[in-house]
Amino acid sequence: MQIEHFEIMQFLSAHPPFNALTKRALQQLASEVEVGYYRAGSEILHYGESISNLYVVRAGSVEVYRRNGELYNRISEGGLFGQRGLLTNRKVRFPVMALEDTLVYCIPVGLFEAFCDEHEAFADFFEADDSGGLIQAVSEQADNNDLTTAKVKTLLLRELVSVELSRSIRDAARLMTEEQVSALLIFDPSKPVSDDPEDDDGQIVGILSDKDLRIKVVAEGLDTNQSVAAIMTRELTIVDSNAYVFEAMMMMLRDNLHHLPVVHKRRPIGVIALSDILRYESQSSLLFVKGIMEQQSVEDLAHYAQSLASVFVRLVNEDANSHMVGTAMSVIGRTIKQRLLELAEDELGTPPVPYCFIALGSMARDEQLIVTDQDNALILDDTFEPDKHDGYFAALAKFVCDGLAQCGYKLCDGGIMATNPQWRLRASEWQAQFEDWVDNPKPEALLHSSIFFDLDGVYGCTQLASRLSELVAKKAKIAPRFLAAMANNALRRTPPLGFFKDFVLEQDGEHKHSLNIKRRGTAPLSDLVRVHALAIGSRKQNSFERLEDIKEAQLLPPGKVEDLEAALEYIATIRIRHQARKIEQGKQPDNNILPKRLSEFEQRNLKEAFAVLDKAQSYLKIRYQNKAILK
Amino acid sequence: MAIQGDILSWPNRFAHLARQSNDERLRAFYNAGVQLPDTPVSEARFVALDFETTGLNHETDDIVSVGLVPFDARRAYCRDAKHWILKPATPLHEESVVVHQITHSQVREAPDLDTILKELLASLAGRVIVVHYRHIERPFFNQALMQRLGEGIEFPLIDTMALEHRIETNRLTWWQQIKRQSIPSIRLADSRKRYGLPYYIAHHALSDALATAELLQAQLQHHYTLQTEIKTLWM
Repeated sequence: MQIEHFEIMQFLSAHPPFNALTKRALQQLASEVEVGYYRAGSEILHYGESISNLYVVRAGSVEVYRRNGELYNRISEGGLFGQRGLLTNRKVRFPVMALEDTLVYCIPVGLFEAFCDEHEAFADFFEADDSGGLIQAVSEQADNNDLTTAKVKTLLLRELVSVELSRSIRDAARLMTEEQVSALLIFDPSKPVSDDPEDDDGQIVGILSDKDLRIKVVAEGLDTNQSVAAIMTRELTIVDSNAYVFEAMMMMLRDNLHHLPVVHKRRPIGVIALSDILRYESQSSLLFVKGIMEQQSVEDLAHYAQSLASVFVRLVNEDANSHMVGTAMSVIGRTIKQRLLELAEDELGTPPVPYCFIALGSMARDEQLIVTDQDNALILDDTFEPDKHDGYFAALAKFVCDGLAQCGYKLCDGGIMATNPQWRLRASEWQAQFEDWVDNPKPEALLHSSIFFDLDGVYGCTQLASRLSELVAKKAKIAPRFLAAMANNALRRTPPLGFFKDFVLEQDGEHKHSLNIKRRGTAPLSDLVRVHALAIGSRKQNSFERLEDIKEAQLLPPGKVEDLEAALEYIATIRIRHQARKIEQGKQPDNNILPKRLSEFEQRNLKEAFAVLDKAQSYLKIRYQNKAILK
Repeated sequence: MAIQGDILSWPNRFAHLARQSNDERLRAFYNAGVQLPDTPVSEARFVALDFETTGLNHETDDIVSVGLVPFDARRAYCRDAKHWILKPATPLHEESVVVHQITHSQVREAPDLDTILKELLASLAGRVIVVHYRHIERPFFNQALMQRLGEGIEFPLIDTMALEHRIETNRLTWWQQIKRQSIPSIRLADSRKRYGLPYYIAHHALSDALATAELLQAQLQHHYTLQTEIKTLWM
């Protein structure tokens, strides 16, 4: 029995984008609606909570805020809100309050997505909202880089440690030592337990901390055979496990507390200490980088680098955009190299001639993620004499590359490492090598050396590296055959889209039904961007910064650079999230995405991003290859 | 029906009726139980119910259509809403056709209440029934089942009109009460307007049920708390 909610249908049919729908579609929509009433001044959407509906204002009006409290929009009868959260990671980006008494119709996300897929006009409405759904989705993510969205429960790494009220102070102190905690909760077994689990706040009656032992026991010369009841703090300030870390920190600062019992549904589940918050903060990438420089040996460094994965996961969970994640991971990688080089020089002595250690590929582009090879090389001053000096640099290279391997950066399969004598050259030899690549381009040779065109000086005499980049920037833009060869290489890997714009997936093997998002997505995109960047003589290394230069040079038709930026950001974000999820599941992070695990909406956006790559590749072919043929 | 004033005994009364009833469908309805009187509003499950009838006398008139919308304090759920047009046991008067717009030809094709009773009761089971103006749905439902099954039906009820009467009366000052100043209209559309709720077409069972659900949500938000126990609302 299909019933007609004609009040709802009639209303929706009078407002875009619903007015473009057929009667049948409206009927379906109306029959899935949930209706909610909000009194003036009440909160409808809370920042950061998950969102599963598109909201239509049926009566009344609401105000949409930015997170800094600034009014963003006011929406009245017939207006929509919540779509931004639905289009990105299904979290509320802009909190919403009822301005007047307000009645809303809520459309479930599943239906919203299905309608976007089935009804073009409906989808267009959300895409036309600003400059395209993909760009919109991406820029929303950028806005949401907040370091204060972690919940208190993420800090609880251990079981609750508690002691009975009647036990002695000495017993309590022993337990604290054994368990290595700085505070204990005290429970009273005779305290009645509520029958109603909702009402059950456990039997906790107090808290005892290191500080209590110092001030109330040691300083006062108190008998440690007395029971803990004598010295525990009875006034408990508690924090809910769903509160934000930031709030817990504020509570501690306000009341000058070092410990907070954490409750879940009123029941204590643990204690967090101020030091937990500080430790959590130290996982932030900035402090992590600072810590690298303090490590005193390769072993220490390797041990320290073990938390690299959690730093990465945390950045991702804080919704950092791909540029930020890539930069942070690259800065960390670079810092580890710098520290290794310092340690190497400590061990091997002062270098006999000036040198520069360079990073190549993704690290040079500031696009490093967690699964990565080490690609590096050495530029030596022209006074270098192999017989006299190479012993030193071979040892230096081995020290650094082995150290990197211990820190989790795999040795490069292609042997592009400073340990390879082929990539330990004098500055003038490097110059000759680059000139040869540009002047006598052979696609096969360039295929293996394209990585050298993303180059960054990491340590030592970095002018040696800058001079090489300068040379490339000057020569490449006036070398059409070189550009054609690079373009040709950039077209070798195509996006995984079939003729009907479906995903083309691996048919068998270990990665059946998956697609390699690096090989078929981010890599061909950065290859393509590199060609354009070389063509305009840009000296930037990062793909987004290269795109900025390309935009300024007006190399591509209007709008194309923006499309590429959005596509790169979207594909990179899917890749980053995939890797973070793998790490969280305790698995080895990789690049193999199973599209069916993505929501329909993500699939749609991903296809759109691949389509951008596809078009951009066709353009690349026309722009550079034809030119080469004509010459 | 005298028992219905005795709210504390609703769970007992349902248990008793479940044993007494001779109709399987009614037994299932009673066995689903009634929500405990001290259930807070935040956890209560409601269903708004509206009948259109051939006239106003439950002794002589019958039900022509039924609309219902399940809801709670946060949301009304259209996907679980129901609407039926029924063939009444008594003829359709012209006057009522003007009111509910259901025509003779629609009614001729329609099923008898007995045919849809199982589904109707299943939709109501375990929920607190909410109506606007309590003197229609309960007596008509009871009478219609008396006629068809030889036994009636009992259930607790929240009447948004009665709540609105209470709210508006409390709003009057002592002096206004002495002067017997009258309260504003508590009809469905007028009540809704006070809460900023939109105008819905009246006398369509489904629209009226949704309108009633929204009205209770609004009344709860404005005049009660989420901890209010449902026994203070039903009758």
